[in-house]
Amino acid sequence: MQFMLLFSRQGKLRLQKWYVPLSDKEKKKITRELVQTVLARKPKMCSFLEWRDLKIVYKRYASLYFCCAIEDQDNELITLEIIHRYVELLDKYFGSVCELDIIFNFEKAYFILDEFLLGGEAQETSKKNVLKAIEQADLLQEVRLTCPTSTPLYACFLLSCSFLLSSSSH
Amino acid sequence: MSDVVEKTLTALPGLLSLDSQTGAGKLSSSTKLGNLIRSITELTSKHEEEKLIQRELAAIKEQVSSPNTTMRQMREAMVRSVYCEMLGYEADCSYIHAIKLAQQGTGLDKRVGYLAVSLFLNENHELLLLLVNTVLKDLQSTNLIEVCMALTVVSQMFPKDMIPAILPLVEDKLTHPKEMVRRKAVLALYKFSLVAPTQVQHIHRRFRKALCDKDPGVMAASLHIYLQMIKESPEGYRDLAGSFVTILRQVVGGKLPVEFNYHSVPAPWLQIQLLRILALLGKDDQSTSELMYDVLDESLRRAEINHNITYAILFECVKAIYTIHPRADLLEKAAKCIGNFVLSPKINLKYLGLKALTYVVQQDANLALQHQMTIIECLDHSDLIIKRETLELLFRITNTQNVRVIVEKMLGFLRGCQDDYTIIDLLAKVAELAEKYAPDNHWFIETMNCVLSLGGTLMPPDIPSNFLRLLAEGSDSEEDDRQLRMFAVNSYVSLLNTNPTNLPQQYLQVISWVLGEYSHLIDDLSASLVIDLLVRLLDQPGLTSDTRSWVLSAVAKLSAGGSGAVGSEGPGPVQRVAQQHSSSLDTQLRQQALELQLLSQDPELHARVLPRGASWAGLEVDSSLSFLDGFVSEALAKGAAPYKPPHQRQEELRQEKALSLEPYGLSLPLSLSSCSIADRHSPTLLSISSGLSGHSTELSHRAGSGSLRLDGVRRVWGKDGYLAQREGPEEPSVPQETSIPAPPLSPQEGGALSPPSAEPSKEERDKQQLASSLFQGLSSHNSTCLMGKPEAPASQRFRKKHTTLGSTSSSSGSSHSGRDPSNHFLYSALSEESPASPLMLTQSSRAPPIRTETNGTHTQEEMPVPPAANGVAEVDDPEAPPSVMTANELPAPGVARWSSLMGGMEVVPLCPQTPPPIDSAQSSGEEDVTPEPHRELRDCPLTSDPIPPELRDLPRSEVTPLSSDQRLCVSCCRVQREEALVLLLLLSGASGPALLDVSLELQCHPLKVASLRGNAVERLPAQGVSVCWYTLLMEEPHTHVMVSGSVTYREEAGHTHTLDISTKLSLADFLRPLPLSTEEYGRLWLSISQDVKQNLQLLHPDTDPLHSSLTLLRDKLHLHIVDIIGSEGILACQLLKGAVCLLHCRVHGGALAVWLRSAVAGLPDCLLYHCQRVLHEH
Repeated sequence: MQFMLLFSRQGKLRLQKWYVPLSDKEKKKITRELVQTVLARKPKMCSFLEWRDLKIVYKRYASLYFCCAIEDQDNELITLEIIHRYVELLDKYFGSVCELDIIFNFEKAYFILDEFLLGGEAQETSKKNVLKAIEQADLLQEVRLTCPTSTPLYACFLLSCSFLLSSSSH
Repeated sequence: MSDVVEKTLTALPGLLSLDSQTGAGKLSSSTKLGNLIRSITELTSKHEEEKLIQRELAAIKEQVSSPNTTMRQMREAMVRSVYCEMLGYEADCSYIHAIKLAQQGTGLDKRVGYLAVSLFLNENHELLLLLVNTVLKDLQSTNLIEVCMALTVVSQMFPKDMIPAILPLVEDKLTHPKEMVRRKAVLALYKFSLVAPTQVQHIHRRFRKALCDKDPGVMAASLHIYLQMIKESPEGYRDLAGSFVTILRQVVGGKLPVEFNYHSVPAPWLQIQLLRILALLGKDDQSTSELMYDVLDESLRRAEINHNITYAILFECVKAIYTIHPRADLLEKAAKCIGNFVLSPKINLKYLGLKALTYVVQQDANLALQHQMTIIECLDHSDLIIKRETLELLFRITNTQNVRVIVEKMLGFLRGCQDDYTIIDLLAKVAELAEKYAPDNHWFIETMNCVLSLGGTLMPPDIPSNFLRLLAEGSDSEEDDRQLRMFAVNSYVSLLNTNPTNLPQQYLQVISWVLGEYSHLIDDLSASLVIDLLVRLLDQPGLTSDTRSWVLSAVAKLSAGGSGAVGSEGPGPVQRVAQQHSSSLDTQLRQQALELQLLSQDPELHARVLPRGASWAGLEVDSSLSFLDGFVSEALAKGAAPYKPPHQRQEELRQEKALSLEPYGLSLPLSLSSCSIADRHSPTLLSISSGLSGHSTELSHRAGSGSLRLDGVRRVWGKDGYLAQREGPEEPSVPQETSIPAPPLSPQEGGALSPPSAEPSKEERDKQQLASSLFQGLSSHNSTCLMGKPEAPASQRFRKKHTTLGSTSSSSGSSHSGRDPSNHFLYSALSEESPASPLMLTQSSRAPPIRTETNGTHTQEEMPVPPAANGVAEVDDPEAPPSVMTANELPAPGVARWSSLMGGMEVVPLCPQTPPPIDSAQSSGEEDVTPEPHRELRDCPLTSDPIPPELRDLPRSEVTPLSSDQRLCVSCCRVQREEALVLLLLLSGASGPALLDVSLELQCHPLKVASLRGNAVERLPAQGVSVCWYTLLMEEPHTHVMVSGSVTYREEAGHTHTLDISTKLSLADFLRPLPLSTEEYGRLWLSISQDVKQNLQLLHPDTDPLHSSLTLLRDKLHLHIVDIIGSEGILACQLLKGAVCLLHCRVHGGALAVWLRSAVAGLPDCLLYHCQRVLHEH
């Protein structure tokens, strides 16, 4: 996958993830063109687009468009299901997700995406595992917040006996 | 589930308006981000938004640069910056702070820091270097989450040059106890292998372990790497096909944990990945394909639920079945499956059905027939995407009978199309179909006119130039060509008569060329009329100077008058035009105008310079301007400074400015002292009169700027004078010349198959008729179609490929002519005499001198050590990982061991009583080289030949030691394979304990590493020798390339050692003799232009100096002596399989005058340098 965009029906970008190095100018140009093209399509039309030398796979969920760019030989249908699985993950995490969740907590949406796709490829397709990873990271955050002073000590201790405890930090 | 999501998302507008809803707390509206978002939604204009964001960014900047900001506030500020960036505003002041946050923060702060970095920067951004240390630290962290964060960011973006710094750490993570870490590490390595494939080559065998991981997630992640590697070279991984089949069978059979199910389909992502891998492995390989028939069948059978995900799997299955070696019953099932797609009411599936048909129709045209009604429906579908895909399908089934209808459909689509990319693609396709299948001349010209006028500025330049080439080259039938040209002229005259205003520039260029060239074919068309039409074009506003130039040369061709009646009408408008342009600011136009003025007044000159209707097959371009040689030598004799090509001049300038630290660079003029020429400014001793040719043509290629290349028109003077006339079409088409001669217009196709009937009007045709016309030729005789169908696209592809490849040989073909350059030193003489030279040396010249020993001298030293073979295999994979998923079997057929052990390394145990291997290296070269089983396992290194058997017959250098310490010795041997240089690095262990984890890394820039084998070995036993192969390619000529690197290994005690190695490869290692006949040489010589001349020292000035010098050059530099006649000799060589370099040597005043030519700039210089060295050193 080359990139993923989320934008609203009004054409406002809600999330963007680029898996190929592009300059900001190109990114803006691509986003503008794609948002226009996709928004102009009618609801019953095909979810796939040929755009430059890429395939665009998009799907609309309520007011949000999810849009992925893949290469020609990639499978369009499975990309559609990647989008769906991502929506499922968001839904499960936020509990009945809506666009506002994604607007106000977009960093969370990014974290979930990073656990699900890495470097443009599906990393972990099991819903349970993705959410477990996110929860673990969130949990760590809570611990840190409640006892911030203990952190350095804890780390020092671990360093000094890392041979013994190399994998038991969590 | 999806329904639930849809419902909640539909409820959104309500939520947006009511902030006090229950969800509002969760939306953290009290934060600064919340406030920002809120205030943005309240704004009404873009302008206000911009102001607000600028204010916000200023606030953020202030906040992040304040020393009192806590990490938490910093995190908040980062999130807001990310938001501003997403809205399209630049927040570059935050970039550095994002990196800082990732470095200094903990927990969520760090996570946000990393996220912000990955969103702000791309992998080429320079600030990213500052992240390297942070990543290093986090990779070593004992905190699982931090490790994961670091791996996540690494697999999204990491500076390419810094990969080696973190590679060992990432590699270690492959054995991490947590599957999440292992999975991320595998993906990070996947990313590395995409960005810098050479860096990770040595850990390929560790990917096998990942493939056998007990966690399905890790295994699935490793498939990304395998897919990538198999795409590049399927051959190396065929042995894994069985394992992949086993995995797929288990997945399909539901052996994976339930959590990997997706809508009750087991691990669909995994299945699809495996199917893609299997398709690649089974392609063109029957035995591998046979392994997978069963599992493909099962996949088809199991995918039965009516859900998108099963269709995704089915689609991949069908693709695999049609890609691998075919099997009838599977094909049948796949065809049925495609039917389900095509007939589905769901538009997405229909699209994929068409796509599958497009893919499959080359093998089975029948399928298109079965679905013809659906295809017709799709052709008029309201969704352009469907329409477009249908055209793609039709393009594949076009033949001479249905070409009219299909092209009409395509042109119709083009007229309504807005997207540039699609237009360019379709234009090329229409032009291709027209060329290949045109039923008659009239239709062909009309279609091409349509293409040219629709193309506008988007026209790819090869379409018009191909078209002109086709007109000019013609077919076998003289009459047919004439017809075609007359059609063209007629159509353009009538077009220009309607006084069109906005024709595309390239179309105008084509029109003016055709009119200039062929309007004389039509008797009742007077030249003055055509000139009038052309001149009228010149008055059009918006005509580019390129087009003007085309029009002017057309006018020049016509200006002699139609039937010799020059004076009366011709000159009027012609003179006016010439006058008008003779003061043009464009020098090119001005020159042409002045030429026009002269030519139009002097009919004799005109007839000589622009002979009408001359066949252009005999055209010869003397691009070296050798006809100027006399002039040049005269000037030199008068004391003019010799010409130096620009690169040489620049080099000299640079040398004058600064001290050169390199003793032998490319600075040829300065190193002349070594050829014993005292005074380098003396023109008598030094005849550098070369090289103006190549560069002057380059200069005249004034930037093509995407339009037609006009070189031909511009370079107007050739050997016989004015060249413009026939060169115009030839120049742009040089790369295509040897392509299979234009297929379309042979007489049998011309009318026999479908007589030029009146086009049936589109409106009255109902679908049935359309179908019958579209599928003509497919339906009538299926059997022949099935045979014929796959051919059409194949031949097209072949043609394309051929055109690009043909460029080097084509030019030699084009200069194939009876007219020999009369005073062109050797060649006219050579081609008259039969080249019966006694000095044709072929075979023996290629073998290096060391290999003169006869076979069998050392056979008595052989000792059979049969069990060693098994021993080797064990060493190779000491801890074959136990796996649920795969049986990781490695086939080890005896002889093929060298190549079959992918990623592994061959370890040859040697007997203990042997002396250190380095001393033996010299003698090992003299070994007899008959390949025998177990040959490499002989006991004594003195006699054992470490060179792999398949390389032993090739010319190679001696084995030279590079570096050594007490435990390990590295030596190298350069084997000259035809198409590459194989650099063998021999790692031989001393008698001490075995060495572990030996790995070798080389920096070969600017050489290209084509393949690499055996650069990592887990265990090198005492006295063992292991061979590492680097297959190197030189794409740009270089005199020398330093290759350096290091070997690292670990003692059993645990200490790690590094041994630096470096070696110098010379151009000579990459040169290969090029066997040519004298005639071929002559032709080639004329067609290439980069040249260098210099006088070199001769060997043995008294006894046959030329012969001995050339023989020495041949032996040292791997040249081929084409011929030696009298005091002149010609040689030829090739840079691997690529650029050709020709040498012409002549004994002249006690020195060897060498003249080198090549199509590649720099190659003559580099080769000359080596010639000089060789002769000097001797």
